[in-house]
Amino acid sequence: MSARVVLAVARRVLTQLRRDRRTVAMLLVLPCAIMTLLWWMFTGLPGRGFAALAPALLALIPFIVMFLVTSVTTLRERTSGTLERLLAMPMGKGDFLLGYALAFGVVATVQSALAVGVSTWFLDLDVNGPSWLLLVVAVLDALLGSALGLFVSAFARTEFQAVQFMPALVIPQILLCGLFVERDRLPRFLGVVSDCLPLSYAVDAMRSVSAQRHPDVLGDLALITAFAAAALVLGALTLRRRSA
Amino acid sequence: MTTGGFEVTGLTVVRGGTEVLRDLSCTVSAGEVTGLLGPSGCGKSTLMRAVVGVQQITRGSVRVLGEPAGSASLRHRIGYVTQTPSVYDDLTVVENLEFFASVLGVPRSRVGDCLTTVDLSSHRDAVVGRLSGGERSRVSLAVALLGEPELLVLDEPTVGLDPVLRQDLWGTFHALAAAGAAVLVSSHVMDEAMRCDRLLLMRDGRLIADDPPTALLARTGTADIESAFLALVREDR
Ligand SMILES: Nc1ncnc2c1ncn2[C@@H]1O[C@H](COP(=O)(O)OP(=O)(O)OP(=O)(O)O)[C@@H](O)[C@H]1O
Ligand SMILES: [Mg+2]
Repeated sequence: MSARVVLAVARRVLTQLRRDRRTVAMLLVLPCAIMTLLWWMFTGLPGRGFAALAPALLALIPFIVMFLVTSVTTLRERTSGTLERLLAMPMGKGDFLLGYALAFGVVATVQSALAVGVSTWFLDLDVNGPSWLLLVVAVLDALLGSALGLFVSAFARTEFQAVQFMPALVIPQILLCGLFVERDRLPRFLGVVSDCLPLSYAVDAMRSVSAQRHPDVLGDLALITAFAAAALVLGALTLRRRSA
Repeated sequence: MTTGGFEVTGLTVVRGGTEVLRDLSCTVSAGEVTGLLGPSGCGKSTLMRAVVGVQQITRGSVRVLGEPAGSASLRHRIGYVTQTPSVYDDLTVVENLEFFASVLGVPRSRVGDCLTTVDLSSHRDAVVGRLSGGERSRVSLAVALLGEPELLVLDEPTVGLDPVLRQDLWGTFHALAAAGAAVLVSSHVMDEAMRCDRLLLMRDGRLIADDPPTALLARTGTADIESAFLALVREDR
């Protein structure tokens, strides 16, 4: 493991991203626009529709976005031959993965800070717990999305296929994470499935932070981190120095 | 036996269910430019991948600079240019080189030197995706030169380049060999063969000749490498 190489990879990924102005704009503006849209939908309605859904959405967006961005970026790296070139150089797989995690961690932090800021300041989202915890959960979600994206990119040959993994892996998690039906009211089997999916804990954590003054989210955070680490290890196994 | 260059013994590689390399043996030594020639699909790139250590092999052994191919300790001693340029299209020329320089841990000054070698100094701030095919492959070549490798494996590095630049690059290859490196260059343009110190001719996953170009012409009684190759194929049947 070498800090020099990790930083070089992170810087390179961020430079590539910066060159793609449209993607940067989408990454930063879209989450804020979606939160605003959600708020707008509920403005004329009684009840706490926005306040109930916003925390879950703040967990979902970085997860989905980073899943897509990472799966396409690493797939590109695999198909362009640059990954093979890097692995033939003195670069550890860990350096490569950490570099990516660092770069996307930075992007996710900025992205989530904007979305959380817009939601709490302009859209009057009540957060009882500390707002910075919202950010921590969001960044972990983003890293989880990145790790899963990296893993699935090994099973895709084209960018079309990579994008198809989104509905396959992500939509079931969205359906079962407690956004549509409370997790404890799901049919028994689906409840168990929901317990096995990382996004469920992300949404739980977000909701605790916004509902409780002193939320206890350590367990949720530990689980999300464990899922992300497991996905990264699986992802590392798909980085082969030798191929057929 | 020196520890420079590489040694392939009884190498068989199966790709997609067919034997792409069949019981192939050869030795490439340091201090020489060795040409790897043969028709499209004969297995040149596969052999190079095996030497660099990125190809899964079925049987046989490949020893590079005295160690088994693919060893971790070889990774900063080999420069490899893949047939399709493997550089980042969305970075500039200099950003690409600086990135690979930090991965290799070589000083930044190497970037300018290697750009001069491949004659791309005037394009240093151009985004690679907007370069011509020949310019792109030169960026890829410059990356391989960064680490001053002891073994250079170049898969068709001169495709699409003009004669002047081609001549310059062959000059560079010979200079590197003279400085003690082993240089393996593949091509399917037979007229480049005369520029090599030694030739490996391949056909259908096997080696059909391993000689200096002049010796090859003398042995087959032909005037150019293309005819020599055809003569060898006839003999081989
Ligand atoms: N990824 C792959 N999977 C399966 N078969 C492959 C793969 N790559 C190449 N082959 C097969 O291996 C054989 C040798 O390919 P190789 O790329 O080594 O040829 P080559 O001599 O470099 O050809 P060219 O001069 O056109 O570059 C070909 O018949 C090709 O179809
Ligand atoms: Mg080839």
